[in-house]
Amino acid sequence: MRGRNLFYFAREGAYNMFSHGFMSFAAVGITVACLLIMGTFTMVAININAMMEDLENQNQMLAFVEMGMSEEEARGLESQLLQVPNVSGVTFISNAQAAEEFRDRYENEELYTGIPDSNYRHRYAINLKDIGRIAETKAALDAIPGIEDVRAAEAEAQGFITIRNVAGVVCVVLIAVLFVVSIFIIANTIKLTTFDRRDEIAIMKMVGATNGFIRWPFVFEGLLLGLFSAVIGFFLQWGLYEAIARSVATNDTINFISVVPFAGLWHYVAGIFAAAGMVIGVGGSLSAIRRFLQV
Amino acid sequence: MIRLTDVVKEYPNGTHALNGLSLEIQDGEFVFLVGPSGSGKSTVIKLLIGEVEPTEGRVMVNGFSLRNIQEWQIPYMRRTVGVIFQDFRLIEHKTVYDNMVFAMRAVGAGPREIKKRVPYCLNLVGLEDKSRQLPSELSGGEQQRVAIARALLNNPSTIIADEPTGNLDPARSLEIMRLLERINALGTTVLVVTHEKDLVNRFDKRVVKLNQGKVVADGKGYSGRKAQ
Repeated sequence: MRGRNLFYFAREGAYNMFSHGFMSFAAVGITVACLLIMGTFTMVAININAMMEDLENQNQMLAFVEMGMSEEEARGLESQLLQVPNVSGVTFISNAQAAEEFRDRYENEELYTGIPDSNYRHRYAINLKDIGRIAETKAALDAIPGIEDVRAAEAEAQGFITIRNVAGVVCVVLIAVLFVVSIFIIANTIKLTTFDRRDEIAIMKMVGATNGFIRWPFVFEGLLLGLFSAVIGFFLQWGLYEAIARSVATNDTINFISVVPFAGLWHYVAGIFAAAGMVIGVGGSLSAIRRFLQV
Repeated sequence: MIRLTDVVKEYPNGTHALNGLSLEIQDGEFVFLVGPSGSGKSTVIKLLIGEVEPTEGRVMVNGFSLRNIQEWQIPYMRRTVGVIFQDFRLIEHKTVYDNMVFAMRAVGAGPREIKKRVPYCLNLVGLEDKSRQLPSELSGGEQQRVAIARALLNNPSTIIADEPTGNLDPARSLEIMRLLERINALGTTVLVVTHEKDLVNRFDKRVVKLNQGKVVADGKGYSGRKAQ
């Protein structure tokens, strides 16, 4: 494409867009709404993911050492535990520490006081890389000589996985549906433009314009509509996200939720919005003008 | 050169527009194509500008065979043919000059070429002083002259005029025909589709008469010589 043609296509695309101000406004408005909904769901998914990672880190298994094993012998198992796949870290807890924690937890209950430290077993708190593999990790730990019992919150872990999977599927489905809706809206706007300019298109074809030459101004129109939507959508998303983050932080009931700061996400949001805007715009315009280019 | 050989055109609705039509127009000729409604005149034009494909037979236009032309080649074929219609087909919101520029830009012409060619073509049709006016500010005859100037922009070897005087009074019609005759004298092949017998008879040109999708007469004057 020659430079002067590029300028011509861009100018014609902008002219098309402004000459159908209302339809362009409607297309940008609906695309912004779709981008915002897509963006919001994506941000929710990102935050759920971050929360899940936190929960994963907090979700520890306990591996109890055989009764009667000395502290020195128990500490000797650490290297074997670390070799188990999916184990990200281990923390040794001696029976004295365990007894102390137990007493602290139940300090007001007479029933649990006065139990000697030797009644408690040495143990390891084990962190996992992926809670989805909790069952196989538990089995591997159980098989280590010297480990008597492994306790894991399998049901809770399964709950986390289910939440994440459902959230993921809902996000993907919603994003796909909204993407198609946006393409459809842009396609209709461009169709209106092409219909309005059908005489000009007929003249262009009559004098020997190539399909590419006829197509490009409409592609630019779609591209501009998509990019406008992306820019407006980005700033609205930013404002919306900050407002939600502030509300969460100042609400006493839900302030335990740690919201991922927008500063760490803005470049992803900008990139995804720009790419989605361009794909929606160009895809919509290409599907709209195909019919007009048939000889 | 234009050559149609045993051309049959049947539309999807079953209409037989052309039934074995053969016609040859040499470079530099001026030919009137006449005939009653439904005789196939419009189909011939559509075939010559690549708007429809022949069902059977061969169509050659300025070196392009339209029977097996690739889609990407059609625009390049059209650049060798200037087309003029009865309804002028000018863009109403653009000035005469901008209508010209639009047609040249559509084939990728550069600013320097446009600056040179547009005034030349407007001068050729005698409208150089109307370049800043909108089509609606011009008379019918002037609008058709703009359409002729536009058809000449890409320096085509053939001009095809479909009822170019259909919307004009007799004086303006004669003016347009004289203009086309002048363009023909400069070396451009001209094919005029018309049903105006009086107008045709004022020119001593070849007349091809169609009826029911066939050439029924070919010669000088409206009555013409019967086709063999």
